[in-house]
Amino acid sequence: MLLEVGAIDTFYGTSHILQQVSLTVEAGEVVALLGRNGVGKTTTLRSIMGLTPPKAGGVRLQDKPLNGLGAHAISRLGVAYMPDDLRIFPDLTCEENLLIAQKLSPRQGYWDQERVEALFPVLAERRRQKGLNLSGGEKKMLAMGRALMANPQLILMDEPSEGLAPLIVRALVLAIAEIRGHGVTILLADQNLKFCRQVCDRGYIIEKGRIVHQGGMEEIWANEDVVKKYLAL
Amino acid sequence: MLESIVHVCLAGLSGGMFIWLVASGLTLIFGVLGVLNFAHGSFYMLGAYLCFSVLRALGQNFWWGLLLGPLVVAAVGYLVERFFLRRVYGLELPYQLLLTFAFVLLFDDLVKILWGAGSLGAPGAPGLTDSVPILGRQFPVYNLFVIAVGPLVAVGLWALLEKTWAGRIIRASSSDREMASALGVKVPALFTAVFVFGSWLGALGGGLAVPYLGLLTPGMGEQVIIEAFVVAVIGGLGSLKGAFLGALLIGLLSAFGTRFLPAFDMFLTFILMAGVLLWRPQGFFGEKR
Repeated sequence: MLLEVGAIDTFYGTSHILQQVSLTVEAGEVVALLGRNGVGKTTTLRSIMGLTPPKAGGVRLQDKPLNGLGAHAISRLGVAYMPDDLRIFPDLTCEENLLIAQKLSPRQGYWDQERVEALFPVLAERRRQKGLNLSGGEKKMLAMGRALMANPQLILMDEPSEGLAPLIVRALVLAIAEIRGHGVTILLADQNLKFCRQVCDRGYIIEKGRIVHQGGMEEIWANEDVVKKYLAL
Repeated sequence: MLESIVHVCLAGLSGGMFIWLVASGLTLIFGVLGVLNFAHGSFYMLGAYLCFSVLRALGQNFWWGLLLGPLVVAAVGYLVERFFLRRVYGLELPYQLLLTFAFVLLFDDLVKILWGAGSLGAPGAPGLTDSVPILGRQFPVYNLFVIAVGPLVAVGLWALLEKTWAGRIIRASSSDREMASALGVKVPALFTAVFVFGSWLGALGGGLAVPYLGLLTPGMGEQVIIEAFVVAVIGGLGSLKGAFLGALLIGLLSAFGTRFLPAFDMFLTFILMAGVLLWRPQGFFGEKR
């Protein structure tokens, strides 16, 4: 088991956001966390990353408990985070945004600047541009590329398909297939069931801070009741 | 007339460099940590006094004082950040100002206890005690040295922040602490390091001021921190480029004021600040808020 989230409770101030959330991700899997806006998808990823540590329950990475570790320590164990708002460093160039992740990571592996730029060719064209001046789609690819540059075992992706044109979503499907082809495990939070069906093996559905359903992507896709109740807009 | 103007300019440049050295640390700390450190002038004062004590202990050699004094202040900066300032990062600005102002009072008294409330006369810098004739008038070599050090520090800081990975990591962390930590930066430790470095810069300014002023007084930090604040504000809070230009401007203005309008010396400084802020509230290079 690569990642095991065991019955975590997470709060923002006094509001109880996650209630007994449990999920597991095996090495090599791509797993979806599905749900509408504001149901706790982002908080789940932030809890795993150590950015909003859970008050109760625990997160384990390869059986090692992550409780009490800060985000910097968790990232060094091989977890990368791609936030929904991307958080590209505005006054670093596109290239520096990639390389900084490599400099800060103790891990080595397949991914380097050349391979990331081959995966997302637009990043090579924008090398010298400040993060501030990149388009939304470029920032998304840069955020994903930056996560890869750390050569993580696991990437937590928050809303990777959100706001992208259908053509770019198709490119993203191929990119994720290639990323997993190189042994990177992915847990992604998204609302786009169609997209998740194309890239994920399994899914968890979260509603009001609780996991309410889990299953294979095809099963979820075919389960009209669940889709209508928890995912339809 | 011409030689008079040239000499006033030179005096303004050397005075401006001290303001720059203090404002650089202040600006760096504000730009990266988001803390307005009132006690920064105290680091300048402590730098001067410690430089003085070290040089007296080591055979009147100023250069040893300049090397070692600011290092001791950097250690003081470490303690201040690690055990006090770190606790107020999350709080509102008034808390930071109250805490750092408390340190101003503390350090002022500390200096009076350790070195006495009177002024201390300091020796010049060995090798640079002479004057050279410039347009027929004598100008201290040491002041020329100070005029050279200021831009060196500016270029050094620029290169550090723009051209090294440490600098890029500092810039990234200051713009987004959380994302930097998710990439593996130990942000609190990095912030401590930046604060220590900023304290060292302020103390370096104080050490350099020892032969320039030739006189140490317990309140010497206040005058310079006020000017450094003015400079940081008109340059744009957090902008080193702005602080450098602002320091030159204030230094020159103050020198011309002293020479031609002695009654309005400080007044001119604040008129300039008010004018700049009316025209551009965010300062020369500050970002609009």
